[in-house]
Amino acid sequence: MSTVTSPDQMGQKMTPRSMVVWGAVALTGAACWAVLALSRGEDVSALWILFAALSSYAIAYRFYARFVAYKVLGVDNTRATPAERLQNGADFDVTDRRVLFGHHFAAIAGAGPLVGPVLAAQMGYLPGTIWIIVGVIFAGAVQDMVVLFFSMRRNGKSLGQMVREEIGTVGGVAALVAVFSIMIILLAVLALVVVNALAESPWGVFSIGLTIPIALFMGFYLRYLRPGRVLEVTGIGVALLLAAIIGGNWVGQLGLADALTLSPNNLVFALVIYGFVASILPVWMLLAPRDYLSTFMKVGVIVLLAIGLVIARPMLQSEAITDFALKGTGPVFAGKLFPFVFITIACGALSGFHALIASGTTPKMIGKESQVRMIGYGGMLMESFVAISALIAASVIDQGLYFSINSPAGSTGGNPGAAAEFVRTLGFTISPADLTAAAQSIQETTLISRTGGAPTLAFGISLIFTKAFGGGLAAFWYHFAIMFEALFILTAVDAGTRVGRFMLQDTIGNFWPRYGDISWKPASWSASAAVVGLWGYFLYVGVNDPLGGIYQLFPLFGISNQLLAAIALALCVTLLFKHGKARYVWVPGIALAWDLIITMTASWQKIFSDNPKIGFFQQRTVYQAALDKGDLLKPAKNLGDMQQIITNATVDGVLITLFALLTLTVVVSAIPVWIKAAKLGGLPTTEVPHETSHLVAPAEIFATALEKQAIRDYEDYERRLAASPRVPL
Amino acid sequence: MTTRVRRVGRAILWYLKQATGEAKWDEYLERCLREDVEPMSRRSFERHRAEHRESCTQARCC
Repeated sequence: MSTVTSPDQMGQKMTPRSMVVWGAVALTGAACWAVLALSRGEDVSALWILFAALSSYAIAYRFYARFVAYKVLGVDNTRATPAERLQNGADFDVTDRRVLFGHHFAAIAGAGPLVGPVLAAQMGYLPGTIWIIVGVIFAGAVQDMVVLFFSMRRNGKSLGQMVREEIGTVGGVAALVAVFSIMIILLAVLALVVVNALAESPWGVFSIGLTIPIALFMGFYLRYLRPGRVLEVTGIGVALLLAAIIGGNWVGQLGLADALTLSPNNLVFALVIYGFVASILPVWMLLAPRDYLSTFMKVGVIVLLAIGLVIARPMLQSEAITDFALKGTGPVFAGKLFPFVFITIACGALSGFHALIASGTTPKMIGKESQVRMIGYGGMLMESFVAISALIAASVIDQGLYFSINSPAGSTGGNPGAAAEFVRTLGFTISPADLTAAAQSIQETTLISRTGGAPTLAFGISLIFTKAFGGGLAAFWYHFAIMFEALFILTAVDAGTRVGRFMLQDTIGNFWPRYGDISWKPASWSASAAVVGLWGYFLYVGVNDPLGGIYQLFPLFGISNQLLAAIALALCVTLLFKHGKARYVWVPGIALAWDLIITMTASWQKIFSDNPKIGFFQQRTVYQAALDKGDLLKPAKNLGDMQQIITNATVDGVLITLFALLTLTVVVSAIPVWIKAAKLGGLPTTEVPHETSHLVAPAEIFATALEKQAIRDYEDYERRLAASPRVPL
Repeated sequence: MTTRVRRVGRAILWYLKQATGEAKWDEYLERCLREDVEPMSRRSFERHRAEHRESCTQARCC
């Protein structure tokens, strides 16, 4: 059989019709950007942001992503993918591109693109909007697609493996340590977001708590009652979940309010135990059903939010660029626009963690090489869209309320009177009565200092949905949004703990093979306990940090995620050099350069800044000096607080130093490889040699007429093959 | 009109079945039929898949 492939789309000339269409898209985008850039001090509709984003994505996908796929990477549809060559129905499995897009998107998009933009909104809507859109086009989506492509060409090797084999052992070990430690921080910060959303909220605790029995029920249903009927059980699960959210309304009447009002520390305790148990239980019991639920909720809410925004057409309440962006004195996190907006918004613009997903499961399931554009680049554009929606949701809230919710308790004092006064010193006005009323409107006792982004986002979503769909359901929508975030953060914590456990077992297994056996209980239990203990420590520290856990830890989370991206992008640059494509190295190269500039500036400031609000070690020095004299420095209330601030600042400072050094190790160890490969015009790599593909599949979401014809021919051929008498071997 | 609605409905169902992995069983049955092999029970088939999933958890990103 001759191989039928979809035509190389790069060589085609644009038809006049597509020129007109793309010209119109470009004009729309330019008009939206112009409105955003030029309007000052007047009411701006959030839709301008939405459409600026959508038209920019469309143009980037059509032109830049295509250039990267066909020219830079040279996707080759005559080459069989690992899924086709090694098909085993399990890891390696040719998957429909649209289904794989769904899988990949569900794996990359979580709380990150929702939380980061909400916190970054303290600098106004414009810096975040620009970074999310420009960042995703030239950095984030490029990283995801290029890593996916190179991993696919190597039978789905992981990022760590590729760094070791293509850059060197030192780089490989540094990458492995970096990946593991970054994951710990990530899990701790995500868990911190959940704790801050659920503390003192009986309604939230009630509905999130119920997700555990619901997931268990689903697990047992699938295992024993009706194996394999995932859709039917997910339908039941989602119905129960909605009932759990509505039921939370009556916790007061049920007399459960006191029992379910948990302090942050009790929640930490509950989460740590939950994380440990969930990571050693069989996957079918809790993780798999929870994953179905959280994916359905995630996609559902994102679609609903997009529709809600278009119907509600809310006005932006925040300024385009606030003073905090220029002075660096914001209460949500410290530091100026450069570099901290780029650190705070990681997921949605550029997220190193995606490189772990793009080099693992997804590359083993791609049917055709050309599909990396749709799945890698397209999937990340979709996540960026989620980030834009979150930024809008945070920017349509009254700014006095926004800062009351997001400033640490040490600043707001935790009560309406003091919070209103604090917000006034920031230059915003909100009365204590309005603060109480806002909390009552969603049936929470308070909204003051509910940091972490989730309550802000839920409040914004609730505002938008109430305006769009009516019905006075603000409280329901708020808890619906909290549930949506908490659910997939908990799934990320489950899955992350498990993945961390595998990593640990695998690493120790190199020296003590038995420990690497994932079914050996002593190993799996102790490795799980170690992983949970590590993130549990940072979670506990974050919850009890007198300066505010999010204020202290979120920059660490952002920097570490972006440092991981630097490792991934350094690998992309290395591989382009090695493949003899030095003239295209600038594609991941500009992303790498920018990423190194922001992460190294941010790390430098976090380590060496003499402003104690920014520099961890300066913070340590200032508080230590005060403690030596027996003084208390705000917001510490006693000597214990002082001691804690000193310890936390030291740990955070050491960690940031460690992450930055690990990343620099990887990048620096790659440079000799670049030079050598550039001189020789290429170097041998671990790429699997070309094998001819016999599979026919379209490249994009919608198949072209030519692709449809090719598929029909291919299916005819398959049918004739199946109908012909089988030759016994 | 109704045929159109039905077609969209079928497409959504197809997508959901594929995405949740429910379609794996149908594909397996088809393959058994084609190759003239006695299929295993659905219970053991799903057990088998669950066992595989035990060792390959996919990280969920932030």
